[in-house]
Amino acid sequence: MPRITPLHGLHVALGARMVDFGGWDMPVHYGSQIEEHHAVRRNAGVFDVSHMCVIDLHGAGARAFLERLIANDVGKLRVAGKALYSCMLNEAGGVLDDLIVYFMHEQWFRVVVNAGTRDQDLAWMRAQAAGFGVTITERADLAMIAVQGPQARAIVADLLLPSAQRAACLAQEAFFGRECPMPDGSVWFVARTGYTGEDGFEIVLPAAAAEPAWRALNAAGVASCGLGARDTLRLEAGMNLYGNDMDEQHHPLECGLAWTVAFAPPDREFIGRPALESIRARGDSKRFVGLLLEDRGVLRGHQRVLVPAMGDAPAGEGETTSGTFSPTLERSIAFARVPRNVGERVQVDIRGKLLAARVVKLPFVRHGRILISTSQE
Amino acid sequence: MSQVAQDIRYTKSHEWARLLPDGTVEIGISDHAQGALGDLVFVETPDVGRAVATGEACAVVESVKAASDVYSPISGTVVAVNAELATTPELINQDCYGRGWMMRVQPKSASEVEAMLDAAAYAAVLAAEGG
Repeated sequence: MPRITPLHGLHVALGARMVDFGGWDMPVHYGSQIEEHHAVRRNAGVFDVSHMCVIDLHGAGARAFLERLIANDVGKLRVAGKALYSCMLNEAGGVLDDLIVYFMHEQWFRVVVNAGTRDQDLAWMRAQAAGFGVTITERADLAMIAVQGPQARAIVADLLLPSAQRAACLAQEAFFGRECPMPDGSVWFVARTGYTGEDGFEIVLPAAAAEPAWRALNAAGVASCGLGARDTLRLEAGMNLYGNDMDEQHHPLECGLAWTVAFAPPDREFIGRPALESIRARGDSKRFVGLLLEDRGVLRGHQRVLVPAMGDAPAGEGETTSGTFSPTLERSIAFARVPRNVGERVQVDIRGKLLAARVVKLPFVRHGRILISTSQE
Repeated sequence: MSQVAQDIRYTKSHEWARLLPDGTVEIGISDHAQGALGDLVFVETPDVGRAVATGEACAVVESVKAASDVYSPISGTVVAVNAELATTPELINQDCYGRGWMMRVQPKSASEVEAMLDAAAYAAVLAAEGG
């Protein structure tokens, strides 16, 4: 049986097309994936992300445990509410998952991991936790919704938050979260984070509160959005998807995630560090780039990318890791792992045809604006 | 519930075929197929003049989500393709049995169309698939 979220009945009632996603029966769209995408870029949309796993780490050893567990440095988290994006690596430097850590206080860090990896992640974390003085609690009692788009924060504050909490929630800087006491005695966690390239909130709330919140957002014009739009939005925003763009067979330095690996301070012995240091010293990691298709067609993951010879560098081959049609650009875009000597021009093998693509700097779109040149040269 | 047009024939793989008065056969994908694919963003049709065999992959429809092959329901020669789909692939979402047609084939034998599923048989296929 597939797993379901507390919002499953509502998705079905709203006429969503449901698909299996990592063992979860989830909405892919509620009618038009493209319209949902535009709603988030232009106004606001709401996503059910309850399939993701909230894990609370409590105890005096929580910080030391995270210093060992993840590749980014939890030492950057000194102000309550601050969030940190990181990979969790195996000893070989392969990516076990990507996650967000919120610093609640010295005895409590909240971690959010992916749905498809939640069981392995929990097992891995428990195996690593011995001796650290930390308790690991899976919060299956909670739902999580993401409200994203230029109007998202204002609508959430007006509609869902008690008046005494509005100002503080709205005043949060990006990549911060805070607890929000509700009139019924429950506590919501409201964070200014997301996976769309737009401003917005991710809200962790009691399972029973999720459906009324969703319906109220719909009534205020916030579009129900499925995993389909979530994927095109995150691709435009240059955000990686675990299992496509990185996995256990790839290290973060070849997944566009070097910025999330903290080699400083040099004495922080995080899992995977020795392997990553040798890889870094070799200096031959593939590059992770954006592609814009110049010909007609649609880029997908796992298409062959042909890199022409440049000067002394021979021709080489890479591979797309994710690709789609971008509703904002009205062109096809992809991420690709390619040889280091890649120039601006490559070809992609789509069903035996070699189509022209241009290498571009990520992201493609941020805060509703196209950041790359889409003109044909 | 997917719409099944009454006057045309179908395949189990969700293509439809319509015998036109000039003896050619118009081919497209069913309402069930377009609904399952979602918003279409790219259609690759075969070259006019290409010989196609029954069951041969001869066109590709791509939605935001994924690419899917379209199989020729009959044998014959492609005599026309719907050029409008190059710029407006969403015609297949909007009107799959009409303006969203994909190609016209001069059949080797008209009896091949007769042998395809009629509307009732196709509706039964959809019911068995749970959709």
